[in-house]
Amino acid sequence: MSALMQEMSAKALALGTPLSVQLDLTYRCNERCVHCYLDHEDHGEMTTSEIKDLLKELAGAGVFFLTLSGGEIMLRKDFFEILEHARALTFCVKLKTNAILIREREAERIRSLGVESIQVSIYSHRSEVHDAITKVPGSLARSVNAIRFLKACGLKVIIANVQMIQNMGDYPEVRAMAKELGVEFTLDPTITPKMDGDRSILNLNIQQAALKELFRDESLAGNVEESCAPPRKADDDDLDAVPCSAGHTACYVSPYGDVYPCVQFPLPSGNVRRTRFLDIWHHSSQLSEVRSIKVRDLPTCSQCSHVAACTRCPGLAFMEGNMRGPSIQDCEKSFARTGIPSKNLDAKRASSAAAVGARELIQIQGVAIAPVFGTLPHTQANSAGTARDLVT
Amino acid sequence: MTKKCYVARSSEIAARKLGREMMIMSGRDSTLYTLNDVATVIWEAADGSTSLDEIVESKICPQFEVQPCMALQDAETLVEGLASHGILLISNEPILPPVLLRQEAR
Repeated sequence: MSALMQEMSAKALALGTPLSVQLDLTYRCNERCVHCYLDHEDHGEMTTSEIKDLLKELAGAGVFFLTLSGGEIMLRKDFFEILEHARALTFCVKLKTNAILIREREAERIRSLGVESIQVSIYSHRSEVHDAITKVPGSLARSVNAIRFLKACGLKVIIANVQMIQNMGDYPEVRAMAKELGVEFTLDPTITPKMDGDRSILNLNIQQAALKELFRDESLAGNVEESCAPPRKADDDDLDAVPCSAGHTACYVSPYGDVYPCVQFPLPSGNVRRTRFLDIWHHSSQLSEVRSIKVRDLPTCSQCSHVAACTRCPGLAFMEGNMRGPSIQDCEKSFARTGIPSKNLDAKRASSAAAVGARELIQIQGVAIAPVFGTLPHTQANSAGTARDLVT
Repeated sequence: MTKKCYVARSSEIAARKLGREMMIMSGRDSTLYTLNDVATVIWEAADGSTSLDEIVESKICPQFEVQPCMALQDAETLVEGLASHGILLISNEPILPPVLLRQEAR
């Protein structure tokens, strides 16, 4: 982030201005990605007029960065009408799309409307891998063609590469493809739970060893010695900081008008169909609670040696059951980066060891305890994951 | 600048007021700019049909208690700078908004 952008973010935080909003126009999609966190049925999307009214409210509230995402945005028949309206309100618009419906005409229209950037998901340079993830034959070729059309118009395109078990190891070739296409590349090693809380897709996350390799790839991490160094001691500034921009200068609006602190933080905070956006932003008790939390208020994380440099996502923590708790996926990242387990990982390791000990004792006595563990989904899932990762 | 000067905001940019400052993102290269409160007043008044000297006289001088000729000189330097980044358009004639231009072309 540039110094000027940091300054603007700090000012927005001080003024209580929602600088960035992600608005998902639809959850419908023409791909069926294996790792997707959404339900693709339409449960009553906002109409064109509702979205236009909302955009006007967002502009009035001071929103500058507007990300239009989905689902697949191009499935909205009124997509260009919405985009045109957003640009007339002088938002800095970023698009997220699989781009398979974008050809020369659409690319030129997007360019003429002054979109800041378009992020396109590419999972692999190999069509058999990419298409198996999207479950749409030919999708890689169509997405790459679209990137060429967009780039030819002079648009800024970013290839987003989500790492999962299916495409692990393909990112150097995807990055090379981005270079050849003359576009930017970004990598995300985190698969998040579904918005309804279903955590089954977390099994697709890459394992600790692969994560460790990513953090040690100089072409991704820059100065590895610096980025993978043991964490520095936290000072008062670290502890008084807000955990992330979610709910502070950013929020998310679903296609149904529900407002959340972030797309990865599904804490229902109001609905723009019933309440004006600015009233939700200023008066929602849920957003107020999120805003009240400083790093020093996190019981486990504030005591953890990683606290000054941790990428802890409060939304992932919330989906684990406690917005003030740690997020195991970020603990694993900190561990992969530095080789030093977080306080949370240490605790999980200890409780896993205790559980194994108890299970062995009980097995000796011939008592079946599996159903009891089955009633503790968080403990079971997290302990299993942690134990496996710590072994590697 | 000796002739009458008209200024208009480029339609290629993104802009939003944050406090008393204006944030502007250039559509040309995604560079972020901020304008201070005086420059923000000029930016907001740059509708293409009001000349720069009128903007200075009606908006800047009363609000910021400056002499018109000095304020106009500073304003001219500012708008030339903004125009060089492609975020403001300058013309010796009134500048029609893109919508009107499109309608005229039909």
